[in-house]
Amino acid sequence: MANHQKSLKTATSHVQFLGSARSGTRAAWAMHVTSAMLIPLSIAFVFILVTLVHKDYALAHAELGGACPTILFLLFVSASIYHMKIGMQSVIDDYIHDTHLKSWALVANLFFCAAVGLASVYALLKISFA
Amino acid sequence: MAEIDTHTQTLAARRPLSPHLLIYRPMLTMTMSIAHRITGIALYAGTLLLAWYLIALASGRAQFEVASAVFGSVPGLIVLFGFTWALFHHFLGGLRHLIWDHGHGLDDPGREFLAKATLTGGIALTVLVWLVAFLVG
Repeated sequence: MANHQKSLKTATSHVQFLGSARSGTRAAWAMHVTSAMLIPLSIAFVFILVTLVHKDYALAHAELGGACPTILFLLFVSASIYHMKIGMQSVIDDYIHDTHLKSWALVANLFFCAAVGLASVYALLKISFA
Repeated sequence: MAEIDTHTQTLAARRPLSPHLLIYRPMLTMTMSIAHRITGIALYAGTLLLAWYLIALASGRAQFEVASAVFGSVPGLIVLFGFTWALFHHFLGGLRHLIWDHGHGLDDPGREFLAKATLTGGIALTVLVWLVAFLVG
């Protein structure tokens, strides 16, 4: 990098693929969109959970299995998982400096979010369609 | 050479400092910023509890009763109380960021007010929701 003049590589090749062009704001924008979505969705989430607190299995199953709670929970889970995936990614980017470890942490983040998200979606659909 | 060094030093002095723990003294807005990140990480881990609850409810009565017993135990209730607080604190912290993004509350009293509102609002909403949850039952 120091000897731009003597290197066979062009100056452009030294900076290409090191950072984003045009797509760099995607994560920040997605964070804002999911935040805005999560305002009504997390209120609905807390509201539904409070109504479920003292219910037994049959009642809780029947109530959460309704169309409205299921759709609200599916939206809440999807928005939350995407939101927390971006959030954890920025935490990893900020605090893990070792390139190798960072790659594994990013993969683990993706895997955790996919696993928790899909498991929750599966459970919600199973409750609703049972 | 000396001239260049002086110039570099002046630039370095004018450059904004990284918001690092060893650079800035602790203050409320900073603490709320850190709390926002910590509650976010806690909620990240907390999704496991939600997934477990949903899977237990989907799996049948026996599994649901095991999950209910764990969530209803004293350590379970403490974790759920903490989860509720983390959710509300992070929720209000997010609202604060959206308010800032629209260019409001960025001045000194605005920042202090929003930081205090996040802290007290998060605790108040948590207590309120748990009171309601107990009264409903």
